Amino acid sequence: MRPVREIARDVAAGRVSALDVVRSSLDAIEREDRGPDGLNAFLAFDRTRAEASAAEIDRGRGKEGGAKPLLGVPVAVKDNLCTLDLPTTCGSRMLEGFRSPYEATAIRKLREAGAIIVGKTNLDEFAMGSSTENSAFGPTRNPHDRGRVPGGSSGGSAAAVAAGMVPAALGSETGGSIRQPAAFCGVVGIKPTYGRVSRYGLVAFASSLDQIGTFGRTVEDAALLLEAISGHDPFDSTSADRPAPDLTSGIDAGVAALVVGVPKEYFPDELDPRIAALCRESIERLRAAGAEIREISLPHTRYAIPAYYLLAPAEASSNLARFDGVHYGLRAPDARSTGDVYDESRSIGFGPEVKRRIMLGTYALAAGHYDQYYGRAQRVRGLIARDFRRVFDDGVHVIFTPTTPSVACRFGEWVDDPYQMYLADIFTVTANLAAIPGISLPIGTVEGLPAGGQFLADRWDEATMVRAAAALERALKE
Amino acid sequence: MRYEPVIGLEIHVQLKTATKMFCGNSAEFGAEPNTHVCPVCLGLPGALPVVNRRAIELGVRAALGLHCTVHETSVFARKNYFYPDLPKGYQITQYDRPLATDGWLDVPVDGEADGEPARVRIRRIHLEEDAGKSLHDRFPGETAVDLNRAGVPLIEIVTEPDLATPAHARAFLTRLKQVLEYLEVSDCDMEKGSLRVDANVSVRPAGSDRLGTKTEVKNMNSFANVERALNFEIERQSKVLAAGGVIESQTLLWDAARGEARPMRSKEESHDYRYFPEPDLPPLVIGRAEIEAIGEALPELPDAKERRFREQYGLPAYDAGVLTATREVADYFEAVAAAAGDPKAASNWIMTEVLAWLNQQQCAITDFPVPPEHIAQLIGLVADGTVSSSLGRQVFARMVETGKPPATIVEEEGLAQVRDTGQLEVWVDEVIAAHPAEAERFRGGEQKLIGFFMGQVMRKSGGKADPRQATEILRRKLGG
Amino acid sequence: MAVTREEVLQVAALARLRLEEDEVERFTAQLNDILSHMEELEAVDVEGVEAIGAVAEWNAPLREDDVAPDSLRVPPSELAPSWREGFFTVPRVAALDVSELDEPFEDKATVPSEGRVEPEDLGGGAK
Repeated sequence: MRPVREIARDVAAGRVSALDVVRSSLDAIEREDRGPDGLNAFLAFDRTRAEASAAEIDRGRGKEGGAKPLLGVPVAVKDNLCTLDLPTTCGSRMLEGFRSPYEATAIRKLREAGAIIVGKTNLDEFAMGSSTENSAFGPTRNPHDRGRVPGGSSGGSAAAVAAGMVPAALGSETGGSIRQPAAFCGVVGIKPTYGRVSRYGLVAFASSLDQIGTFGRTVEDAALLLEAISGHDPFDSTSADRPAPDLTSGIDAGVAALVVGVPKEYFPDELDPRIAALCRESIERLRAAGAEIREISLPHTRYAIPAYYLLAPAEASSNLARFDGVHYGLRAPDARSTGDVYDESRSIGFGPEVKRRIMLGTYALAAGHYDQYYGRAQRVRGLIARDFRRVFDDGVHVIFTPTTPSVACRFGEWVDDPYQMYLADIFTVTANLAAIPGISLPIGTVEGLPAGGQFLADRWDEATMVRAAAALERALKE
Repeated sequence: MRYEPVIGLEIHVQLKTATKMFCGNSAEFGAEPNTHVCPVCLGLPGALPVVNRRAIELGVRAALGLHCTVHETSVFARKNYFYPDLPKGYQITQYDRPLATDGWLDVPVDGEADGEPARVRIRRIHLEEDAGKSLHDRFPGETAVDLNRAGVPLIEIVTEPDLATPAHARAFLTRLKQVLEYLEVSDCDMEKGSLRVDANVSVRPAGSDRLGTKTEVKNMNSFANVERALNFEIERQSKVLAAGGVIESQTLLWDAARGEARPMRSKEESHDYRYFPEPDLPPLVIGRAEIEAIGEALPELPDAKERRFREQYGLPAYDAGVLTATREVADYFEAVAAAAGDPKAASNWIMTEVLAWLNQQQCAITDFPVPPEHIAQLIGLVADGTVSSSLGRQVFARMVETGKPPATIVEEEGLAQVRDTGQLEVWVDEVIAAHPAEAERFRGGEQKLIGFFMGQVMRKSGGKADPRQATEILRRKLGG
Repeated sequence: MAVTREEVLQVAALARLRLEEDEVERFTAQLNDILSHMEELEAVDVEGVEAIGAVAEWNAPLREDDVAPDSLRVPPSELAPSWREGFFTVPRVAALDVSELDEPFEDKATVPSEGRVEPEDLGGGAK
């Protein structure tokens, strides 16, 4: 797969047909994804429709003025994004076969940018999980080692890009669900500032944390996709009244005179020392490229996981109440009363992780608990955001940390110990809580398995973190 | 032992917007079921709410008209529970930071318009979305759900328990509806469901200041039924306490057909709605300047208008009350009074003829076929003697039928009063000649018989004889 | 701060989840484990810190009152699990779900033909 920019340019110029491009993507999906050893990254893809879209692009080429930035680029999208022509299941029995009657704004923007959506990718059910093992339709395998998880919840999108089935994909984050699988699969993953991309049409998990983001093989590819889907949406009251950012014209500006903060709290004992070593090497490369490295402290980091695992399930317990078997989705057969419709449909439709989080969230919001749990977690969130605010106000431009404490684990390692799985998000959830952007990129391997490092930047400053990531990406290639 | 009631009301009022609270669907009543729906009000996965500006304006208007403090910042919250007409599984409402608090409404007590009105305090007014409609008897064994109403903007008005009697509660509701109609924030139509009332009622020994256990009464579909239901429940509670029993805190449904309120299955604990701030909506902020602008643009409210009608037009309290029942009637009256230059006559004509006709035809003054200028003209024609006042009513009837101005009708139908003394003398002579015995009796002292003779003259003249002149001529010719 | 089995059942009822016995046991244990990790939040000094409710830095944007809904590519009838003559349908909501009683009952209240019955009177529910 060639870089996104080249594909779009070549398709626009007629040097290559969109049909050929999409066909090679679809062939790769059929080869790598299906069958007993397949990756199972895709829950649905529609060859006919994708080829028809490509043919239409080939026919219409040159007729419209202005090159579309993603013309003819095959893109996969996570199956919690509502699309019109493919089902939207969220990896759940509750929405098996569900055809959304409307389309997410981000999807619409992708189409307007000329991209071809080839399929919907696998995820932990309703985006709840860090391994994609919680999908009702089987897990996705990590392309680097098919006995291991790709990470989650956007495991399908990460694997699809890592295996070269598509050059780019959309995912979503609530607590690191793009950056963590990006790290596990050795690709780039970006979570934008909260409010950068419209959430209209993203099936909600935790409304104050969810954001749609992008995967790519390179920093530039992921950034191009993010540019295309960003921007204000009147249908989303939490989307910022800001135009889509320019992330790519300054992407090669390098890191000279950039202040890179390295927080000591992100190098705890739980961090695999080999990942720590890779991080230190990356830091040296940044220094050699002209960055100023500064040790910083984000003192409330250790409260991020408990705060997150109170806030997110609480909001989720409310967001998932709409799945009640009444208006759409799965309804249990033989329900004799309305109460049965609810209880049975939800018991059959939801998997154990989803049920666990709904229970946890309902408990956190229950009468008498609010101040102790949800209320307190909101305020701890404020403290975590303040930590970042202080650091950025103090002149730090970007923060560099490991993305995950370990590399991809084997299937089944986390099933009996949910809290262990939750700890995988230890370095990623802070950005979601503080609503700041983050990007993970591959910084090396540990016993052949990819490891990721991440840059975090201040709100609305994706451009600087993309620039820093691109510089590191360049430096690591040398 | 005498028990006195303590009553508080919760009133849900649909705001008169074109679209729903959080999405662009039409909020109009009466469409085919499930045709005014979109991803947002259907609660489809991924849908998000966006606040309707006009709903906020109307909410602020209602709050200011009820003398509330309007808060510049208020916060939407989720109220979580399951019901088939609540597609998201939660209602977006306002919880601990509502739009407005601390208002009041003065209500005349026991119909005494001149007496000291009782002040009912309003604890809060907040914005929320309506749920859809559940129909339990449309299909046997099933509940049918129509989501057209889901998402329609509501304000919830909560009073303090200041209502002293069911009659007072009814008077309050009447006044509240009047104020909200004046403000044009709602149709306030209980039949269409744009105004709904729930009541909280308890009793306590007369003179005590401790509150008893309250029950909630629902399903009252008219103000009269509110009064009846409250009377029923107060009597029930009083009997229970008098017999040494204890009031169970529960919800009762009013059954108008049977005239009784019956309890729902009693619950051990109240429902846990797990309120939390709505994460899909940032805080609602309305600038102080905008609130003030809305306040300045408020129309004259009923109590102020009533007072002004009494002072400016010299009308008695009862008349002022009738004429200000709605803004439209009040405006009509003022138009007639101004054109005719005679507010008393305007008041009479409107109260006796116009309102009677509207009542009989079951229509509103906005649909009345006679413009105020025509009524004023009629008043003038009667005042200057062109038409007798009794024939004036006939002219009015013709005005309503034909829409023609009174002068035209009088001319076309020859209804003008006859004041030509020549003609009058002819009629008088004929009448006197026809009734010599009565003439004798009149001359003998039965002055009352003038009425009889006048009646005869009117009959002979087809009602057109000018009564004053005819009377004069009669007396002269009868002598005595 | 232990979560009891009764609380788990109450929470499941609020969340409208019917749990099998082994699920009740498992969730009770897991919730306790997860919540024990939350205990360290109690030590945090949150004095003077504003809770972050909605994260947006702006106020709620306001929409003009013009009829312009987002369109539905398919009508609700095609999404509904049960649909009849223009309505979504569910089994009749009853104030008293007769099938669940062991002994004869006295009809305490009938449901008005239209409108709301209390939420918990939908029948069913975790036992």
